[in-house]
Amino acid sequence: MERKLSVPGRYDRLEQICDFVVQAATEAGLSDADASRCQLAVDEACTNIIEHGYGGENRGRIEIICEGADGEMTITIQDWAKRFDPSSVPEPKLSATVEDMGIGGLGIYFMRQVMDAVEFSYENGSNKLVLVKRREE
Amino acid sequence: MEISTEEVKSVSVMAVSGRVDSATAPDLETSLKKLVEAEKTQIVLDLKNVEYMSSAGLRAMVSTLKAVKRVNGDLRLASPSPRVEEVLRLAGLTSIFSIHPNRDEAVASF
Repeated sequence: MERKLSVPGRYDRLEQICDFVVQAATEAGLSDADASRCQLAVDEACTNIIEHGYGGENRGRIEIICEGADGEMTITIQDWAKRFDPSSVPEPKLSATVEDMGIGGLGIYFMRQVMDAVEFSYENGSNKLVLVKRREE
Repeated sequence: MEISTEEVKSVSVMAVSGRVDSATAPDLETSLKKLVEAEKTQIVLDLKNVEYMSSAGLRAMVSTLKAVKRVNGDLRLASPSPRVEEVLRLAGLTSIFSIHPNRDEAVASF
């Protein structure tokens, strides 16, 4: 199964993107909880692309491809924004007190927490993010 | 996303429904900010009907919590779904927010 969605980089498209991913995850045999985790990872990735990559809404396209079967799904997210270096993003400052808490950088942190693989690359003028989720046996 | 607010005794109860993502979180933050500006700093955020929340929603909640704590208020959470609770836990927020199983208990906790 392969599904593809191409949308303009706008926050009001996040719901459409999430619906697309949840449906693909369900078809690939992932649980509702794992489909929801895929939704979170993709939402955070696309938000980062719009906010930090393109530097705002309506400045470029986002393409999402879901390939899955037998309880495993690979999601590839491509954009044509400036090159993204994941090592430039600081870890979120998770703290025991709200005063000390800095909540930037949560997006990538969430992706790494909820997905089985997260891989960033840049080639031929586009950023590619590959996310993998496997059903727990 | 929809938001409605009512006063219960001295507590403002804000009920949110739908999705809280980067498209809708600014509205949530604005609504919370208006309460704080009106000096309503004992707030319960009823999350019972929130079907999905991303880090954008968490940011709105954390910035409000910081604001109300500065004036001895609090933002307490009621009825997060298992999905929303997982996101709170991933961000380390279950020990930062006071979380209650339902809105009545959250209101009574003030």
